[in-house]
Amino acid sequence: MNLNAGWASTGWTSTLDQIFVLVQHRVAELFPPVLQPWVAMILGVVGIVAVFPAIFALTTVLERKGLGRMQNRLGPNRVGPYGILQPMADAIKSLTKEDIIPRSADAVVHFLAPVVLVVAIFLGYAVLPVGRNMVLMPIDAGILFFFAIGASTELSIFMAGWSSRNKYSLLGAMRAVAQMISYEVPLLLSAVVAIMMTGSLSPEAIVAAQGGFSGVLPHWYVFTPWGFAGFALFVVAALAETNRSPFDLPEGESELVAGYFTEYSGFKFALFFLGEYLGMMSIAGYGITLFLGGWGAPFSFLAFIPSWAWFFGKLFLAIFFFIWLRGTLPRLRQDQLMNFAWKFMLPMSLLNLLVAAAWRFLGEWLGAGVGAEAIRWLACAAVLGGTYVLLGRAMLRRQKIGPRSYRYAE
Amino acid sequence: MLGEGILKGLAETAKNFAGSFVSEERLTTVEYPEQRLPQIENTRDFPFLVYDGDDAMAGLRCVSCQICEKECPPKCIYITKSADKKPDYVGKAQFYPTRFDIDVSVCMSCQICVEVCPFEAIKMDTEFELSTEDRFGGLILDRHKLAKSNEYYHQIHPTEAAEVDARLAEEKAKVEAKAKAAAEAAAAKAAADAAAKGTADATAKAAESAAKSAEGQA
Repeated sequence: MNLNAGWASTGWTSTLDQIFVLVQHRVAELFPPVLQPWVAMILGVVGIVAVFPAIFALTTVLERKGLGRMQNRLGPNRVGPYGILQPMADAIKSLTKEDIIPRSADAVVHFLAPVVLVVAIFLGYAVLPVGRNMVLMPIDAGILFFFAIGASTELSIFMAGWSSRNKYSLLGAMRAVAQMISYEVPLLLSAVVAIMMTGSLSPEAIVAAQGGFSGVLPHWYVFTPWGFAGFALFVVAALAETNRSPFDLPEGESELVAGYFTEYSGFKFALFFLGEYLGMMSIAGYGITLFLGGWGAPFSFLAFIPSWAWFFGKLFLAIFFFIWLRGTLPRLRQDQLMNFAWKFMLPMSLLNLLVAAAWRFLGEWLGAGVGAEAIRWLACAAVLGGTYVLLGRAMLRRQKIGPRSYRYAE
Repeated sequence: MLGEGILKGLAETAKNFAGSFVSEERLTTVEYPEQRLPQIENTRDFPFLVYDGDDAMAGLRCVSCQICEKECPPKCIYITKSADKKPDYVGKAQFYPTRFDIDVSVCMSCQICVEVCPFEAIKMDTEFELSTEDRFGGLILDRHKLAKSNEYYHQIHPTEAAEVDARLAEEKAKVEAKAKAAAEAAAAKAAADAAAKGTADATAKAAESAAKSAEGQA
């Protein structure tokens, strides 16, 4: 497949677009040919390991400032101009803090848990296309690789909760595992529609499939009924998968101290924090890749702006949206969480699969033309919208909560 | 419909987010070390000693009666009484404290010392920035640190200080009036005594002359 289809630009814009790729090649060429692929690979890894934690550092301060503004506060503004150096102060603090391992904890597993978490999450970035030709490890089953790696974060969270020998940690870990496994299903199923439509598990192929323009508007999957539904479901499931508000039950401060990382301090705590934000960014990155056209420009006349700029711009928008949600929504209750996963998310994402299939075959049967296109669009949107309204009504139906009656205890 | 509430909530927080950059009255934060709110008049935390005049140690109102030391519930006041006396505000010779320490790490700000003091010598302060590097010595305030002028007292608690001043002036006036009355009485008594002495002398003289004449007659 030609990944550069529809890409017509002049010399300097393409140089700017490929600047990081070119730098990587130039640096690699300084080494003997045997070492060149290795050097290129290491440069790519260094880039990922440097850039995403830097965004994480920036995100922590922007999140605190943003949340502050949403609550009519100022947020941190003491360290550096406008408090922008706050992450440095936080880093120094967490590095100099005493690293405590509880006496009854399983020391090895306690140490391994944050390491495994961060490593697993970093692996997810290996197949994420952050720009044109900018993917560390272009493998065909990239999306599958990401979901497989992403599922292993549950293991490290349970390791942390179990090895701490603390009731809050264990409860937090149990909640986390229950929640992440429940939402893994709709997350995967909502992503499947994009894979179905593209006919490939490769993230680059999915981005390329969304690369064209009709007039000035791009062919992003989010602009189709099944794409929009899939995107919305993906966002909700991603929030739950990354333990973000309103799905932050595993670390509910008011209930569980800090959840599964209650017994962690100092740099290990910072690693958990880093892992959480990196997980949020990588899942946002895949959401962008699957539904929002990856590194593609939103309008054809803006295609001259480098692809990586578009990717990171979208990533920042996604992060802002996550912060906005965190500033708005209260935490769900455990039963609401599970009900929502199994009674709403799962049926909707299964239906979305059917709708995507219908979209595909209706396109063949109805043929081309504006009328046929409109019929296909309206039919799919009506099915999804109607189901949304009906399921939503069922979800919102008041449950009768009376005094608890005991059968045997009385 | 499902999700309506979420959209409403998002609109609300967006309004706050944008509004906090535009309108100043949304942000109620006072950035403390640089900005301060004016203190409420009834604020009070730890006791201090009031002095009159310019010399803090000479003008201390405390007469070292030790009532506050005895009444203090957590026993955080330590007083040593002087051996000599010095005149107080009405001019009467009084003892004074050679040591007056308050351990503010023990003080519970109950204000009982202020209520029991008969000399209006101890009052509640508003100073709250008392952090120190020495948690033992640094939190025991001696009489030099505790002594604050009556003008300062007027500054922090104007109404209360005015009442106290009026009361003290009244007392002083009463004492002065009493002294004056006593002086007048003493003067009157002296005059009366003098008069009485005069008459007594006359009688004595008369008696003497009578005796003399009697002698002569004999």
